[in-house]
Amino acid sequence: MADLLKQYDVLGAFWMTIVLTVFSAVGSLVIGTVVAVMRVSPVAVLRTMGAGYVNIVRNTPLTLIIVFCNIGLFVNLGLRLADKSSSTFLVDNNIRLAVLGLSVYHAAFVCEALRSGINTVPAGQAEAARSIGLSFGQNICHVVMPQAFRGAVTPLGNTMIALTKNTTVASAIGVAEASGLMKEMIEFSPDQLVLVFLVFALGFVVLTLPMGLLFTTMSRRLAVRR
Amino acid sequence: MTSQTVLFDTPGPRARRRHTLVAVAGGVVLLGVLAWVLSRLAARGNLTPAKWNPFASADTWTEYLLPGLVGTLEAAAISIVLALVLGLLLGMGRLSENRPLRWFCSVFVEFFRSVPVLLMMIFAFNVYAVYQVFDSEQLALAGVVTGLTLYNASVMAELVRAGVGSLPAGQREAGLSIGLTATQTLRSILLPQALTAMLPAIVGQLVVVLKDSALGSIITYVELLAQGQTLGTARANMVPAFIVVAAIFIAINYLLTVLAGRVERRMRRRGHTSAKAAPAAPGQAG
Repeated sequence: MADLLKQYDVLGAFWMTIVLTVFSAVGSLVIGTVVAVMRVSPVAVLRTMGAGYVNIVRNTPLTLIIVFCNIGLFVNLGLRLADKSSSTFLVDNNIRLAVLGLSVYHAAFVCEALRSGINTVPAGQAEAARSIGLSFGQNICHVVMPQAFRGAVTPLGNTMIALTKNTTVASAIGVAEASGLMKEMIEFSPDQLVLVFLVFALGFVVLTLPMGLLFTTMSRRLAVRR
Repeated sequence: MTSQTVLFDTPGPRARRRHTLVAVAGGVVLLGVLAWVLSRLAARGNLTPAKWNPFASADTWTEYLLPGLVGTLEAAAISIVLALVLGLLLGMGRLSENRPLRWFCSVFVEFFRSVPVLLMMIFAFNVYAVYQVFDSEQLALAGVVTGLTLYNASVMAELVRAGVGSLPAGQREAGLSIGLTATQTLRSILLPQALTAMLPAIVGQLVVVLKDSALGSIITYVELLAQGQTLGTARANMVPAFIVVAAIFIAINYLLTVLAGRVERRMRRRGHTSAKAAPAAPGQAG
């Protein structure tokens, strides 16, 4: 086993998993927040667009989205997210396409988590904000959303943990992350099969378990006392 | 916050004008994006009849898409049934009085909940291949089903635990006080109630299983996404093939989501208020 670990860059693969997770987390939080605000806005057209986004994305397999990002957006439609002249163009481009796919997919779940967070804010808060003359935008920005984020820590945390595990799908378009390396190692040394799996499985347990604990603590400490 | 209107005042004439303006702007942006996408698709020749005509001929469906759909549905159906059975056993194990059994089930559930489904599929596929558990035709299906079953059984086990936990304490006490053992109480009083409350979540889990079955394409399982790609290569219409495959997935999953919502509402009407243990249908990204 020690040989295998020396031969393959396991830590590097997990580093790529972490990179994908962090960038996609930021991307999905941004898109998800925008869609959530659209879904509760006073303009019916925006509400319909938000609901449409969530219903379409949530019901599409992530594998399809990621593979489409590569074969559809890049190969067929010529979308480039990296500098074409750089020597690492294909690698960078695939990583960014994977981040794009992961962000778009998880944004739908972030949006639903935030909506459940908005539901934890008592009606009196928004009514008070309106009665002192705040507009919808001010109401959302200064009164409702800050509390909604604090109330939505648990579902947001679950989404982020799912995102960490779902970065493995990026191997479908050749991003060198943990599951891709595991497949490679198993193919070249099938006698070490169980050991290799346990190492990678343990890697994900090490990544997700502290996240779970962190989000549980955060949801307790951030919860608005009412 | 129960109704949406709490967030904003009833619009007056000026606000209504502003909202119309925003709505028009939003519509224009949406149409602009759509137009841009269509023009990009057209520029690469994706909108020509030649690319879409294959979907009008029967053999596209009988040779590519329908076998793929059957593969997807087959893997999902086997997995959800196995996951239900295994999840029920694990959930009961976690609630058991027997400490080693409880520990074993807890570790099992927590482990398989935190390992990505794809890792399990790759592992199971290779184990079956190396030790020749299944013949080569069934290999990929077995790998997909194993991965999906282990993950979803762990999720189901948690649903069972949450469902039983949300029942009033009097139910268990009543069972014990008429002389049933703890196991009998669990089996004949608590579980039937918890399972009814779980029904919407189980339907919602079907959506997760269907979506995750597309991971099978990575381990060479013949399912809808893989068949779509084969079709796209064969007929040189990759983008249209993706669009059709996505539409099929979205249609099936959307129907299941609607069904889950309907089951939930129906049960609430019948007074199963303990349904709060069941999370909103496809609430998980898993």
